[in-house]
Amino acid sequence: MSRRIGVDDGSDMRELLCAVGARRDIDAYERLFRHFAPRVKAYMAKSGGNSQQAEELMQETMIAVWNKAGRFDPSKGAVSTWIFAIARNLRIDAYRRERRPEFDPSDPAFVPDDAAPADTELDVREASEQLHHAIAALPAEQASMLKLSFFEDQSHSAIAARLNLPLGTVKSRMRLAFDKLRASLARAGDVS
Amino acid sequence: MSISHHISDDLLLSYAAGSLAEGWSIAVATHLALCPSCRHRLAVAESVGGGLLETMEDDASVQSSVDQSWADVRSRLQQQDREAPAIRETSVGRGGGLPEPLRSYVGGDFETLKWRPLGRGAYQIPIKTEDRETMVRLLRIPAGKPVPEHSHGGRELTLVLAGSFHDGTGLFARGDLEDADASLTHQPVATPEADCICLAVTDAPLKFRSWIMRAIQPLLGI
Repeated sequence: MSRRIGVDDGSDMRELLCAVGARRDIDAYERLFRHFAPRVKAYMAKSGGNSQQAEELMQETMIAVWNKAGRFDPSKGAVSTWIFAIARNLRIDAYRRERRPEFDPSDPAFVPDDAAPADTELDVREASEQLHHAIAALPAEQASMLKLSFFEDQSHSAIAARLNLPLGTVKSRMRLAFDKLRASLARAGDVS
Repeated sequence: MSISHHISDDLLLSYAAGSLAEGWSIAVATHLALCPSCRHRLAVAESVGGGLLETMEDDASVQSSVDQSWADVRSRLQQQDREAPAIRETSVGRGGGLPEPLRSYVGGDFETLKWRPLGRGAYQIPIKTEDRETMVRLLRIPAGKPVPEHSHGGRELTLVLAGSFHDGTGLFARGDLEDADASLTHQPVATPEADCICLAVTDAPLKFRSWIMRAIQPLLGI
């Protein structure tokens, strides 16, 4: 395969992560690492830790990426989303000392999807490109609110207090932003 | 049977972001276990997190240390691979009962629960979390009987796990999530065919309308 590996190309990230999962490909992993490690570290630093804590949590996250790569399903979503979820859970554990309650698809009481047609990898790829465009196009006030919520571990009421806005305004801006992003995914062929 | 009362965007986004306290998250995650359509919405919300992570600007000071970080991680991986690989535990559960993550929190399924009487034929099991803003409990309301009428000091999430209840706003059955705020005073009544078991998460002690209930509320611990 002579395809150039571009660090900003989500589809190539997917190939790299699959190579790690399938073959323990250390070169593929290094490329993933060099792309994501600075982003994950910045994410950890934003949510309240000092630089050393951020470095440790980033390393924990990236080691989990290596260990769990075999469980990544490219038809379910983008690599950045998968890594985000790992980083988020480690952050909750480290900074808030709370458990992260999550559903378990192998639980007998779990209600599986009713034979929904699986999204193809192409759909997922298109959807994440659309989403990136839609995030870039959000009005500043909506984008900054999403970032406060996703990066700085602020509850919606804490955001309201910090921005001196009524809680209802925070919630409605957040919902507006989410609706726009969801609509952008729907246009990319996602069924939601 | 299909679920008709779902997770609000507000809760779903907070859960995806990781900024929702543990108590609320138990109700959200347990609803997700029962509701494929909300899992689709969660996937969208999480991909917002992924998209934002991609937009994280490369900070020069962080970038310059990536070689060192890579060297550290590579040697940690070599170390780890010399040690025995971690075996992932598989969960063993039984069908149709309390879904995860709730089952682990209460430490058993329906038939092994240790109910504590709450008065008027109702029972509860308090559930411990590490967060300080919520109170979490499993409630069992006897078939056909009302929960004492109450309004809320704040938010209350109620997730039905067995049986059903109705109140002024509709019928709630297994998987349905009621999201009530301080403005709602309601009178949930369990439907007559079976006891109703639900997970209740509140962020403040419930305020009962009746002064008698208010007076004994501290004794009941609700």
